[in-house]
Amino acid sequence: MTPWLTILGIVPLVGAVAVGATPRRSPLLAKQIALVTSLVVLLLTLAMCVDFEPKGDRFQFVQKHDWISSFGVQYAVGADGIALVLIALVAVLVPVVILASWYDADPEAESSAGTDGPPVPERKRSVKTFFALLLVLETMMIGVFAATDVFLFYVFFEAMLIPMYFLIGSYGGPKRSYAAVKFLLYSLFGGLLMLAAVIGLYVASARQGLGTFEFDKLTQMEFSHSTQVLLFLGFFIAFAIKAPLFPFHTWLPDAGAEAPIGGAVLLVGVLDKVGTFGFLRYCLPLFPWAARELAPLVITLCVIGILYGALLAMGQKDLKRLVSYTSVAHFGFIGLGCFAFTTQAQTGAVLYMVNHGLSTGALFLVVGFLVVRGRSRLVGDYSGIGQVAPVLSGVFLVAGLSSLALPGLSTFVSEFLVLVGTYQRYQVAAILATVGIIFAALYILLMYQRTMQGTLSAAHEKMRDLRLREVLAVGPLLALMIVFGFYPKPLTDIITPAVTHTMEDLGVQDPAPSQLNTATTEKR
Amino acid sequence: MLGAAPLAAETIEYVAADGPLSYLWLLIALPALGSAILLLGGRRTDKWGPNLACAMTGAAFVYGLISFLDLRGRAEQSVDLHLFSWIPVAGFHVDAGLLFDPLSATFVLLITGVGFLIHVYSLGYMDGDPRKRIFFAYLNLFVAAMLLLVLGDSFLALYVGWEGVGLASYLLIAFYFYRPTAATAAKKAFIANRVGDVGLSIAIMVMFAALGTTSFEGVFSNAGALTAGTATAIGLLLLLGACGKSGQFPLQTWLPDAMEGPTPVSALIHAATMVTAGVYLIARATPIFDHTETAALVVSIIGAITLVIGCIIGCAYDDIKKVLAYSTVSQIGYMFLAVGIPGAGAFAILHLLTHGFFKACMFLSAGSVMHGMDDQVDMRRYGGLRKYMPVTYACMGAGYLAIIGLPPFAGFFSKDKIIESAYDLGGTRGWVLGTVALLGAGVTAFYMTRLMVMTFFGNERWTEGQHPHESPKVMTVPMVLLAVGSLVSGFGLLYVVDLPQWLSPVLGHHEEAGPHTISVVVLTALTLVVVAGGVAGAVYAFGRRPVPTTPPVAVTPITVAARKNLYFDSLNESLLMRPGQYLTRALVFLDNRGIDGAVNGLAAGIGGGSGRLRRIQTGFVRSYALSMFGGAAVVVAALLAVRLGT
Repeated sequence: MTPWLTILGIVPLVGAVAVGATPRRSPLLAKQIALVTSLVVLLLTLAMCVDFEPKGDRFQFVQKHDWISSFGVQYAVGADGIALVLIALVAVLVPVVILASWYDADPEAESSAGTDGPPVPERKRSVKTFFALLLVLETMMIGVFAATDVFLFYVFFEAMLIPMYFLIGSYGGPKRSYAAVKFLLYSLFGGLLMLAAVIGLYVASARQGLGTFEFDKLTQMEFSHSTQVLLFLGFFIAFAIKAPLFPFHTWLPDAGAEAPIGGAVLLVGVLDKVGTFGFLRYCLPLFPWAARELAPLVITLCVIGILYGALLAMGQKDLKRLVSYTSVAHFGFIGLGCFAFTTQAQTGAVLYMVNHGLSTGALFLVVGFLVVRGRSRLVGDYSGIGQVAPVLSGVFLVAGLSSLALPGLSTFVSEFLVLVGTYQRYQVAAILATVGIIFAALYILLMYQRTMQGTLSAAHEKMRDLRLREVLAVGPLLALMIVFGFYPKPLTDIITPAVTHTMEDLGVQDPAPSQLNTATTEKR
Repeated sequence: MLGAAPLAAETIEYVAADGPLSYLWLLIALPALGSAILLLGGRRTDKWGPNLACAMTGAAFVYGLISFLDLRGRAEQSVDLHLFSWIPVAGFHVDAGLLFDPLSATFVLLITGVGFLIHVYSLGYMDGDPRKRIFFAYLNLFVAAMLLLVLGDSFLALYVGWEGVGLASYLLIAFYFYRPTAATAAKKAFIANRVGDVGLSIAIMVMFAALGTTSFEGVFSNAGALTAGTATAIGLLLLLGACGKSGQFPLQTWLPDAMEGPTPVSALIHAATMVTAGVYLIARATPIFDHTETAALVVSIIGAITLVIGCIIGCAYDDIKKVLAYSTVSQIGYMFLAVGIPGAGAFAILHLLTHGFFKACMFLSAGSVMHGMDDQVDMRRYGGLRKYMPVTYACMGAGYLAIIGLPPFAGFFSKDKIIESAYDLGGTRGWVLGTVALLGAGVTAFYMTRLMVMTFFGNERWTEGQHPHESPKVMTVPMVLLAVGSLVSGFGLLYVVDLPQWLSPVLGHHEEAGPHTISVVVLTALTLVVVAGGVAGAVYAFGRRPVPTTPPVAVTPITVAARKNLYFDSLNESLLMRPGQYLTRALVFLDNRGIDGAVNGLAAGIGGGSGRLRRIQTGFVRSYALSMFGGAAVVVAALLAVRLGT
């Protein structure tokens, strides 16, 4: 079997080294190497997806090698359907981000190319480091989804922070260092909790006679209820901070607002998904009793997050903070899907993770394009942009519509699956969450109206429309959302079997239709 | 008394499509393709794009007609075309499929037929607009989405079309997006629709939780298994969705604002087709409403309330498009009233069709008047236009006679049937609903006569330098065709096509059971007297003396209220918008100070006080490396401890 996952992890690292080796005077070469590397990863990922058999084993492309044998730590990787689609998301987003951030590290190059950009920054920033960091981050992101050893997962979980910290801290906005530190403090706090839980897990498994970090073996074990609750909470809080779930969300608006746009896309699009991925991969299968007991609590937090995030988004004046808060609401939906314990809801949650990456990615990118042109992040500084930049405004609208989950776009499929799946167990939660779709329409359309519609402000009369590079970056995301909106089957076919395994680990079954007359044949 | 035989068959089965019907997807694909070409093709398509859009809708009409004739020749008249598996997840399995039955076939002809005429009209109306191509792209998008709405064979497929037309409507209301009022109106429309969508979404969830399916076939076959409570819940939730889309009470205020869009849009989307989608939804869900008398009655009551609201406000406005808009609100109220009456669903559809003709005709005529009057919409600035725009006058006249219900114009047949069905409900509800419908006809005649008098008769009150002129042929020909429809469609649909019979496989059989509450002849005569009273009242009030160019101030409290939309907007503002804004502001403050502050404090506490936090901020990388190292040391220590312990 081809060791796809290891290859995928190594290629970006090699690319990063190559980028780092380019001479300082030729930033273009560094960018080109980075772009080509990320495209190679994308192609390899597509090949891996073709090689993946949805109806085959739970984990495929498995590799296991002893690492620290005395503690049973292994280099163990493998992909189930959930990990596979998230790795594919990473592979799609990284080239998009590289293309969209082409001039983010050296805006003066763009200015000299005869286009308007932000004022030359106050200090020189290394171009090649920026792109090398992106590639290193790609390795970490692939690793965190591919790991099937809890310790290895923890290592990637923590290591992932480092490139992101530098991306925010060195290439971010005016308040970048505050945001970077806040991001790191939160993550570190979550990381410490998780570390404690990881150790606890090892201890608990050792008490059962086999100290191990191996996911497969751990799911076979039955821990006592009190152990489950403690370990569940350790993992859960770490993941809830990462996700971020209400009330652990306050680092996200700062980090999302100050990060360079490419960093923000990867931060919200992928890094945060590690949290919700962790719910499904670790919290539910390893501690099923605790998960079942605590689910109502989590569901409550998620519903609050959906409404709270949406209301907060409406009140924001800063475009990037606004988009970050929409994500708080979206993560509420994903969490709801994870903890509603129906196949529909969990499949919807995984699909939501992918779609949210595409949708919020597109929204962040187009906000970034706007900010580069208008040199302001404030909603109030823009008006009537649609008149001078119709393509930008059109892309903005489609990205916004995907964020409010318009039927026909892929986000609708996932959101509806979450809601319909949740309704079967938690009617009130599902109804409240559905009310959230009104708020979603409000925050998106208010933002669109204030920036793109209305009378054109004099300051922006000469604003340029999107350039080809920018269209090429954001176009694929919009195309994917439309395609998967009408034909999500390739994704659901991969996700559903994995979710079925999770449901089995969890020991729950889908409720049957409550009022179906069994005498008549059920026709779907 | 009217009786309704519920759809008798316990299981409803659709036959697979074959022959010409196997390409039904073309109906949607043609306009969708047109829209995509125009949007993605950019300025290259400026020249021929609008013509292509017309051709696409025209082709869809021709194909729709072929399919319609094919369906009429069939014994099994519910034909299903399975396309592909859309959302297959464990028990939740939704197929993308199209259902072609008498109801959807009728809608297909209305949408593509009226749609094609309005496309052609727009060629003239939008001439000279630099964004004409975009306009036609959106129009084609609308037609595609609307066809998906009526052709989808599951509630979820319907939902996609439902939101698609909402999007097209949003885009077209905001077509002049640089006007802040247009942008606000578009947003308002979308939000009001979303409120309705919550109802529709939850209805679908309830269906799935109860029956395990969302397809029409599955839900309707098992509707009998629903408990009364569930059926009522589904019915009321669907009604909420329908109210949002169709501008019914309490979600009616967006529709008049939607007149910010170009007039052909008002004709096609906000009069003839999209806003009637709510009626389609209720009619489509007849098998559910058959099981819930309560929900059906609420549908009728909502219709009656809206009918009254629309009539009253329609009398007070001077903006010709707003008068027509409130008249649409009110006429759709009639349709809701009818569709909630068991056995009268076919009359709701009949009125929907005739209304599609005469209201589109009136809107296009209004557009023609505006075209000749430099986009003036204030009727107080019209007057005496019949001499200058004879064709427009004739067309508007045909629409007018149809809406007030003068025989043999279309509205006479459809509205009379609704009034008759309402009375035939019997009991208090029959008398109340019937009387509301009857008096509504009188008020309709009043405000429509006012519109005619102020626009085409009386003294000329134009602003300086206006030269009213007749519109070009490309605009008048579609108007004339619609005017002909306003004349013949009522009689034709009722007696030549026998619409109730044709729709009976979907809406159930309409049976003449027992005597009428009021005999048909008496009721018809009574209606005509009431209508004549309305006409006479308007002529008396507005025809005798010159109309002032500014609205009179000394008016009744009702008029004052009507001019302010009966305070529904103010109510929304003070009950929802303002509190919402305060809540949002308060939450933003709390989120920045409260939760964040607490966590910052916590973080500082863990780091060893705020002084430590600052130090971390400065030499952060070192600190982080140290923490990582410390963490690793803890791990090793712990692991060792565990191993030693075991």
